[in-house]
Amino acid sequence: MFMAELAARKHVQFILSKAKEKDSYESVLMEHIRLNGAYWGLTTLDLLGKLDTVDVNEVVSEVLQCQHESGGFGGNIGHDPHILYTLSAVQVLALFDKVDVLDTEKVANYVAGLQNEDGSFSGDMWGEVDTRFSYIAICCLALLHHLDKINVEKAVYYILSCKNHDGGFGCTPGGESHAGQIFCCVGALAITGSLHCIDKDLLGWWLCERQVKAGGLNGRPEKLPDVCYSWWVLSSLIMIDRVHWINKEKLAKFILDCQDIENGGISDRPDDACDAYHTYFGVAGLSLLEYPGVKPIDPAYALPVDVVNRIILGIKE
Amino acid sequence: MSSSSSSDEERRWVPLRSRPEFSDVIPVEQDDGPNPVVPITYKEEFRETMDYFRALYKADERSLRALHLTSEAIQFNPGNYTVWHFRRLVLEALNHDLHDELALTEHIARGNSKNYQLWHHRRWVAEKLGTSATTEELRFTKNILSIDAKHYHAWSHRQWVLQALGGWEDELDYCQQLLEEDIFNNSAWNQRYFVITRSPFLGGLKAMRESEVCYTLNGIVARPENESSWRYLRGLYKDDNSSWVNNPQISSVCLEILNAKTNCVFALSTLLDLISHGFQPSQEFTDAVDALRISDSEQRDSDVAKAACFVLESVDPFRANYWQWYKNKHFQNA
Ligand SMILES: [Zn+2]
Repeated sequence: MFMAELAARKHVQFILSKAKEKDSYESVLMEHIRLNGAYWGLTTLDLLGKLDTVDVNEVVSEVLQCQHESGGFGGNIGHDPHILYTLSAVQVLALFDKVDVLDTEKVANYVAGLQNEDGSFSGDMWGEVDTRFSYIAICCLALLHHLDKINVEKAVYYILSCKNHDGGFGCTPGGESHAGQIFCCVGALAITGSLHCIDKDLLGWWLCERQVKAGGLNGRPEKLPDVCYSWWVLSSLIMIDRVHWINKEKLAKFILDCQDIENGGISDRPDDACDAYHTYFGVAGLSLLEYPGVKPIDPAYALPVDVVNRIILGIKE
Repeated sequence: MSSSSSSDEERRWVPLRSRPEFSDVIPVEQDDGPNPVVPITYKEEFRETMDYFRALYKADERSLRALHLTSEAIQFNPGNYTVWHFRRLVLEALNHDLHDELALTEHIARGNSKNYQLWHHRRWVAEKLGTSATTEELRFTKNILSIDAKHYHAWSHRQWVLQALGGWEDELDYCQQLLEEDIFNNSAWNQRYFVITRSPFLGGLKAMRESEVCYTLNGIVARPENESSWRYLRGLYKDDNSSWVNNPQISSVCLEILNAKTNCVFALSTLLDLISHGFQPSQEFTDAVDALRISDSEQRDSDVAKAACFVLESVDPFRANYWQWYKNKHFQNA
């Protein structure tokens, strides 16, 4: 099925070199999202079977230094807490089976405290509302075994209020359907066992229409294909059991064509510059396509399946 | 705001350590965690600004100089949300004029408008300014949309403005204008749906349906390959399948497009949708679908719905499995 080859070793080197790069102008611009970067990089390494190349204690101590007294995490040491980085922190610790270093009750209270009266979630104390934050809160609380701290029914109700007539979801009620927001909404519904609330056939058709002639997937009608949408669209299709409605070979070829074979890394489209974000989404997309040599990833939790089994089902390997 | 106008930008940057108003501040470097810090190669000015920012932020100094410093830091790196957060605390403490914030965010948008922070800040400001900000916010988003008509943040902000502050009166005309410029603009179609279903002045979906169907069918005939207009059409009959099936205009536009023999995917899928909800196709539809077969060797079926699925499987091969599933689900026993 797969014509081209995944330059796995090069991608591992690319990720490791990005992690060391703390002094470049680019990395300073990214300083405030360092925890997101850690999640993308480390999950990529785990999917490629190379998580053991990093020092667990170093990562854990770095993550913990980003925690705020409120229980939430900032994007870096000394930055304000936000739900975005709180999920990244929990996911990174989950990769190493280290969630128990946290006062999970405290972290869960921070996240639960961001739920609004209508069931939606704010990103932080400043109150920005978005279905992205609904997913993040639900995913985070499920990983911490504290979903009971929020009103799940209301959370689901809010997500469903963001569903459009085309079957997709937007960031707020009436917002345009967008593959990234769809992943968040479908993921949150999957984790809370609420997928029966949506029209899978209608949504599945919208999602499979996202595949363009080049084989890649776009995030909205008439937009260019982009490797990161391999993740948003593909994971959603898998969660609603409709992934066979797209051409998987063509998609795998598109992702593999976006690799930098010489220096490692994956870009958004063929011949563009590579970054850690698209490298993660490219590898995660190939994982969903069952590419040989890549560990399977869970489409809802966005973590390797063995990690999710360990945490959610209590299965130790 | 001194540092947000373009003429000031060209003014030479004065190091903070040489500015008298910052002489009492001891800059704080980013704590990079356990890894050793390697020599600095990024812009010295940016680093110094952030070191001074960290000092004032740590001391929680909500002063005018802190406000000015956040504005400089934001211009170096608009993505740094902690700086924006602190700026809002300072603005609140000083009870500062918020109109300056509109200029700052507009300036930042000129560099990179796809930045969550600037939109969040803009909303926070507009919320405080209230209805006096309506016109300005509609102008601002329109300006961004004139550069990128599918800008997700701008649309999101605009929808919030309409719902929170008002200004619905010209919105349908605005959608019309954008669709005239680009009929494939899915964001404009979405906004159109938002307006007809939510505007307090239009009476809702049912009241708008007839005129919207006419408008949309014209758009479909002009560009039958446009996914957005077909989906909009279907959305007009959300939760009302019997009106959907019984409007003869819709089936006749489908027939017209099938007979033209190009770009028939959405016309075929709409025909299938109609049939699955009880529409009885005439012989004309059977003939039109039969004529779409690429070659005589291709599978044919006396049932028009199954025949349409066969055609779709061959003209839309990426989604062949979808059309096969569609055929089996809806027309198994036909
Ligand atoms: Zn991308």
